[in-house]
Amino acid sequence: MDVTEYIKLVFTDYTLRTITLGTAVLGAVCGMLGSFAVLRKQSLLGDAISHAALPGIAIAFLISGAKDSNVLLLGALVSGLIGTFWIRGIITKTHLKADTALGLILSLFFGFGMLLLTFIQKQPNANQAGLDKYLFGQAATLVESDVWLMATVTGICFVVLMLFWKEFKILLFDADYTKTLGFNTKFIDILITTFIVLAIVLGLQTVGVVLMSAMLLAPAAAARQWTNSLGIMIILAAIFGAFSGVFGTAISASQNNLSTGPIIVIIAGIFVIISFIFSPNRGLLFKQIRFIKNRRDLQLNKTLAFMHQIAKTHESISHPHTVKILNNFQGYTRSTLQQLVNKNYVKLEGNMWSLTEEGFTKASNLYNQQTSDNE
Amino acid sequence: MNKIAVKVDDLTVAYNYKPVLWDIDLEIPEGVLMAIVGPNGAGKSTLIKSILGILKPIAGSVSIYGKSYKKQRSLVAYVPQKGSVDWDFPTTALDVVMMGTYGSLGWIKRPGIKEKKSALEALEKVGMLPFKNRQISQLSGGQQQRIFLARALVQNASIYFMDEPFQGVDATTEIAIINILKELRKANKTVIVVHHDLQTVPEYFDWVTFLNVKKIATGPVKDIFNDDNLTKTYGINYKVSIQE
Ligand SMILES: Nc1ncnc2c1ncn2[C@@H]1O[C@H](COP(=O)(O)OP(=O)(O)OP(=O)(O)O)[C@@H](O)[C@H]1O
Ligand SMILES: [Mg+2]
Repeated sequence: MDVTEYIKLVFTDYTLRTITLGTAVLGAVCGMLGSFAVLRKQSLLGDAISHAALPGIAIAFLISGAKDSNVLLLGALVSGLIGTFWIRGIITKTHLKADTALGLILSLFFGFGMLLLTFIQKQPNANQAGLDKYLFGQAATLVESDVWLMATVTGICFVVLMLFWKEFKILLFDADYTKTLGFNTKFIDILITTFIVLAIVLGLQTVGVVLMSAMLLAPAAAARQWTNSLGIMIILAAIFGAFSGVFGTAISASQNNLSTGPIIVIIAGIFVIISFIFSPNRGLLFKQIRFIKNRRDLQLNKTLAFMHQIAKTHESISHPHTVKILNNFQGYTRSTLQQLVNKNYVKLEGNMWSLTEEGFTKASNLYNQQTSDNE
Repeated sequence: MNKIAVKVDDLTVAYNYKPVLWDIDLEIPEGVLMAIVGPNGAGKSTLIKSILGILKPIAGSVSIYGKSYKKQRSLVAYVPQKGSVDWDFPTTALDVVMMGTYGSLGWIKRPGIKEKKSALEALEKVGMLPFKNRQISQLSGGQQQRIFLARALVQNASIYFMDEPFQGVDATTEIAIINILKELRKANKTVIVVHHDLQTVPEYFDWVTFLNVKKIATGPVKDIFNDDNLTKTYGINYKVSIQE
């Protein structure tokens, strides 16, 4: 299937359109909220919450006896929240480290959830089949009302984010200080965490318990590489997340039978890899290039400074010297000399070189410049 | 005698079962520049955090100008230990300083022109104006310290608590900071500083508190900054020669 054909299909085919929209919205809201988790260094939080949601799904099914996705997600929400507040409780009341508390709740709830799932599967209830889709997600089961629910939560989340922007920002940066300014940090914290739980629960149907945290973290981690502004980071994370959803759906729709959730996560992962390599300021590639360029510039400057030392000893700066003198200087090569000529710092005539006016000024400013360049 | 700016009564604080601060009584007069000295782990940071309500003490009370801290919050500014935040956070120097205005703005309201102006003034005061748009991770340790100081200055408080503002700064920055602190004192503000360099205590400060889990002594530097108190606080025989 070629691309234009596929795009046409997205707009005409009801199911495909629903899934594409759903995964896009989900990706966006996860990216947005994932930024908070990444900046607070709570990478494991998403994992803990999504795993903590599993028993809720099973219990909701046991109580209601039906597989209505809204009821099940409500169950997931309740047990996700319970898990989250237990984690908070453990961290504040005992002196266990945060990752210990997270790991503890994660395995406890997930184990319990798996236990319930196996128990349900042994029941003679025809309805039970397919509950395990919450483990790895099944985007194909998304219906329009699911998408509406996601869009509503995303909208509310966005409004709250705008409203409490400054409070979120300062809490992320310096929680203790925020407290001294009189803000109720607990409230802000609970607000953020509740939204993260909501986003995770909404994603369970599509991406599943196991991969949900990657959905939360990957777009944000990728976005962090491209910018030094919190606002832009969150917007970028939302865009990366949405694109992961759209691309992931497209790939799984055109390659029959590839399940959507894992592909979305893989695409998000590719965003991360690309960002870590290619982003201009923090990326590995440009860091390396900058390093090489700096070293070359330094080499050039050192040669120039050396020539400046020699030229200084003569009355006229344009007094020619033989190229041979430069052999005494370690960093000197033919090509550095040529580069200095190209930059018009040095004049070369046969085997004699001399500094130009420009080269002389540049050389005498080298050290001053290094300090003022810092600005 | 001046008014009492900060009064601490019977303060006891514990992270676990063992208190790290025992029964601290403290009266800090208005307008002093006070050093809190004591060895690592003495509870200096803990004392400041408890006074500021960041930590909950198991016993005791704190009052600021005779009223509870909660009511007087706007009078108090805090400079945390520099290492307490992640300097790789995506924001600029100006933005961090602007955070000092958030308290007076209250919930939801965003900083405007007025707030930006006072943030720029504070940056100017600490000599960091040329760096206002710098990403904070690209500042040196001393520059980050100045940014924290500027953020507290913006609060325009009466009482300043500073946790090791001289940590890792060079001589120039140290002088710049101490001059700002002295200026604050001149304006009758009260400045409380956790300080590690005992040599400079007599030169910089006029008031001192010795702390090591318990309060050892508190008072004017010229009266109580002596070998006896230093030995009691640091546990080893201390000999400082205070040169006049
Ligand atoms: N979050 C914490 N949990 C448990 N114990 C803590 C915590 N923070 C500090 N402590 C303990 O409380 C005591 C006092 O610590 P505090 O940080 O107040 O010391 P300090 O005087 O500021 O030391 P430093 O000079 O190293 O900054 C120390 O023994 C420390 O181990
Ligand atoms: Mg300390």
